[in-house]
Amino acid sequence: MIGAAVFLPILFFLLVAVLFPFAVGSDRMILSRTGSGVLWVAALLASLLPIDRLVTPDIENGFFDHYAARNISEEWIAVARIIAHWLSFAVPLMVALLPASMLLSLDWSVFWKSEAGFLLATPGLAALGVMIAALTARVKAGSALTALLLLPLAVPLLIFGCGAVDGHQPGAFLLLAASSLFLLAVAPFVIGAALRVGQEG
Amino acid sequence: MIRLANPHYFLSLSRKLTPWLAIAGILFSLSGILGGLFLTPPDYLQGETVRILYIHVPTAWLAMGGWSSIALASLVQFIWRHPLAGIAAKAMALPGALFTGLCLLTGSIWGRPTWGTWWEWDGRLTSVLVLFFLYLGYIALSRSVSNYSTTSRLPALYALLGAINLPIIHYSVLWWRTLHQGQSINLTHSSIDPSLLWPLPLTLIGFSCLFAVITLFRMRYLLAHAQYEARLRRMAAL
Repeated sequence: MIGAAVFLPILFFLLVAVLFPFAVGSDRMILSRTGSGVLWVAALLASLLPIDRLVTPDIENGFFDHYAARNISEEWIAVARIIAHWLSFAVPLMVALLPASMLLSLDWSVFWKSEAGFLLATPGLAALGVMIAALTARVKAGSALTALLLLPLAVPLLIFGCGAVDGHQPGAFLLLAASSLFLLAVAPFVIGAALRVGQEG
Repeated sequence: MIRLANPHYFLSLSRKLTPWLAIAGILFSLSGILGGLFLTPPDYLQGETVRILYIHVPTAWLAMGGWSSIALASLVQFIWRHPLAGIAAKAMALPGALFTGLCLLTGSIWGRPTWGTWWEWDGRLTSVLVLFFLYLGYIALSRSVSNYSTTSRLPALYALLGAINLPIIHYSVLWWRTLHQGQSINLTHSSIDPSLLWPLPLTLIGFSCLFAVITLFRMRYLLAHAQYEARLRRMAAL
């Protein structure tokens, strides 16, 4: 089950790359100029899909109670979960960026800049995804809230990521790395506190 | 602050406080708005449109002040397990979102004749729009958790996380010098002429009082609702 679910966000990402030329026409000029931005938005939206299965199944199975009984702190579980989520979501996404860039006829320079941008942005995006998953796991109808909660906080990644690919904003790569690092740094503590909420109540 | 944690003490205090705050809020707001509409001279450059400033600046201040207060109350709730702090944070979200919406609306109405556009993807405008969505997300999250369980700490975590947007809004006019003007007023100095400035503190105080009134009303509502739920549970247990 989980093995197949890993590829759903990636398929979604590739589908957007296929659908976009149908919507705006197959003019190569338009596609290569707007394509990288479309792929950034597609990556953000694709990151919403796995959130439901990041924390909720483990709470239902009682994994976190077992870890708590073994005296492993929630912060370390959060770090492990972020790394696992990054490996299963971001690495396939960066591979899928190559065919997606071909479909939208992006230049090689744009492709490599996007790849570098994805490499910097996805750790922060993975951390944000696990944070929102932990915040909504014990909430009624929590999965309906994920988009509203995640997307505003992902705006800096999108702005600096696209700015870095554009090349118009000086220092956009540095700002992208800074936003990503900030999310990565606060995530274990937010996730740890959110996981402990349910265990006490 | 410890004494305020007692809901009964808080309720009796807020019942006395609400009418005075409401009267002060209406008087200050009305005098500021009427003064700004009829008594101040038009700006030499912007003409009559400058008058929207008397609404726009207080709403912007309350939009940011609202989230700062929510984050502060959430911190108090988190560290000291203060029971009313969580209720206060939850109560402030609605007026905060309201004033953020008004801030965006008045800014947009002012931007049309002055900048020639309803909307521009400028740093200040974009970060305030993000703040508006943070408010909506916070309201949605806080509505789906119960007030008197530990899950009420989940929206508090989100409020603290979203507070990172506040310095971004504040410094956006310095970092991206695109369209929105820089800071014109601080506590000691103002680049706005005194003949234009005087209604602004009036609306600032008035709107803040109205914000407080809405917050107190909503806190009383949330407390009454929690009491009603507890009563229902007791009746079901009998």
